[in-house]
Amino acid sequence: MRFSRLRELPVHTFLFLSTLLSVMTTVAIVFVLFKESLVFFREVSVFEYIFGTQWTPLFKPQHFGFLPLLSGTLLIALGSAIVSVPLGVLTAIYMSEYASAHIRSWIKPLLEILSGIPTVVYGYFALTFVTPLLKIIFPSTSVFNAASGAIVVGVMTLPMIASLSDDAMRSVPQNLRDAGYALGATKAEVSANIVFPAALSGILASVVLAVSRAIGETMAVTLAAGATPNLTLNPLESVQTMTAYIVQLSLGDTPHGTLEYQTLFVIGVTLFIITLFMNFLSEFVLRKYRQKYD
Amino acid sequence: MTKEPASHAYAKNLAFRRKKARVFKYMCFAASMFGLVFLFCLFYNIFSNGLSYVSWDFITHFPSRFPHKAGIQSAIWGSIWLMGLTAIFSIPVGVGASVYLEEFAPKNTFIKIIEINISNLAGVPSVVYGLLGLAIFVRWIGLGRSIVSGALTMSLLILPIIIIASREAIKTVPDSLRYAALALGATKWQMVRGHVLPSAMPGIMTGIILSISRAIGETAPLLVIGALGFVPFNPKGPMDSFTVLPIQIFNWASRPQIEFHKLAATGIIVLLVVLLMMNSIAIFLRYKFQSRK
Repeated sequence: MRFSRLRELPVHTFLFLSTLLSVMTTVAIVFVLFKESLVFFREVSVFEYIFGTQWTPLFKPQHFGFLPLLSGTLLIALGSAIVSVPLGVLTAIYMSEYASAHIRSWIKPLLEILSGIPTVVYGYFALTFVTPLLKIIFPSTSVFNAASGAIVVGVMTLPMIASLSDDAMRSVPQNLRDAGYALGATKAEVSANIVFPAALSGILASVVLAVSRAIGETMAVTLAAGATPNLTLNPLESVQTMTAYIVQLSLGDTPHGTLEYQTLFVIGVTLFIITLFMNFLSEFVLRKYRQKYD
Repeated sequence: MTKEPASHAYAKNLAFRRKKARVFKYMCFAASMFGLVFLFCLFYNIFSNGLSYVSWDFITHFPSRFPHKAGIQSAIWGSIWLMGLTAIFSIPVGVGASVYLEEFAPKNTFIKIIEINISNLAGVPSVVYGLLGLAIFVRWIGLGRSIVSGALTMSLLILPIIIIASREAIKTVPDSLRYAALALGATKWQMVRGHVLPSAMPGIMTGIILSISRAIGETAPLLVIGALGFVPFNPKGPMDSFTVLPIQIFNWASRPQIEFHKLAATGIIVLLVVLLMMNSIAIFLRYKFQSRK
């Protein structure tokens, strides 16, 4: 007995170390990002970074104002939400309230294909299909534009909202619906005024997660939205997101230890903090506003 | 007599409400169709652009400046090398961590923190993993812009997904199985190895295949650690520089010439076929798993 326990010690150690690796990954991410960022902020003031309106680290005169990248990122994230939130929520209502089990068993996996398609494919599609389409409607659309990126990212995150909101609405107990019907409400009234509010915490959490994913999305926006740090709210212009900047810089030869190299990590840490905050927010919304029906 | 107009108003209003309900239903239906129509357009666009270049030569040629000579042999070998090494690194560690958390871990704050940490890691954008790989594997350990660096980065990226999926699979194993093994004098590890893991295996395999297929399509972290866009040779070993399918696609798609866009579409067809095969295996395993229960 004791012998076999002793013999199993290496196994136990391996299992424990495997688990520990996840903590070490987080520590490493935080350490690496902050270490390089601190070097950067010795040269550039935090004030210039946060409030500067020009981002030109790759040519002289260098400016390190992060607002253009933030506006590009927000334009994509909010634009994608305009696509994904109404469509995702309505899809969820259809799946949980209207569709038969048979239809649902077809729609849900088909929608999940959308979230399994590699993001570079979405980028290609935005470039060769969505942008030409936009050009027909708005002739002033540039080859790279925020709108096409936002649309494909919206579709990419749609299944996440649809699937999680569907789960949330299906967990609303049937007797709430029955009470609505007993009062003479139509199915639409029950769905919109009873089921939707009752599942609101789950729906909101899914929206926050989808926006967080849109902020971190890289390849589709790099291909579709371009590489012009541009402080604009016009979705038909070319912009650059934080993630697209990281890719742009990685494609060039940036010597290790230069200020340009460190901007990678500064943008990385900003991205990390924003998405972490969003993920916690989603969790918080889910916990705080959950209605329990037991 | 006073009742008449009120019920009349109700009836009129009811007709309006019913109409609204119908419109709402159609809106919901249209919204669910939007995603499917989009999916159809996407496939149609890619196949109509890419089918003309599908040929055996496309698979066996190396990338080239001339579109009609270009192929994806080096990208395919790069993807195979990268995925093989990623699987070797991530599967034992991922499954190990999930076994530990499900079967061995005490219930305390530290374990709770680890669990929260894992679910947060799953939400970290993939470019950030690229930065981690660049700083640790490429620079600090000095593995350079090699396949190993890429595979280690990818492993960290998919570990949380493997752990979460494997834990779900292990959770479905009934406790009676564990008690039976323990009652016969098995140690905890014998119980896990002999009973829990085998019966959770289909679920674990499904999770692993889905995470690897996510890694196959992943581009951003590899660009950050410095995988190259133009590699006219096959990797010979784990320390070689490399390219992978999605990076080759990105490279072609970001050129202005229409011919290269068509090549990108052809590359996407190959990538989608690979993903389709992997997902079919996963669905098959899930089906087998469900029918056995």
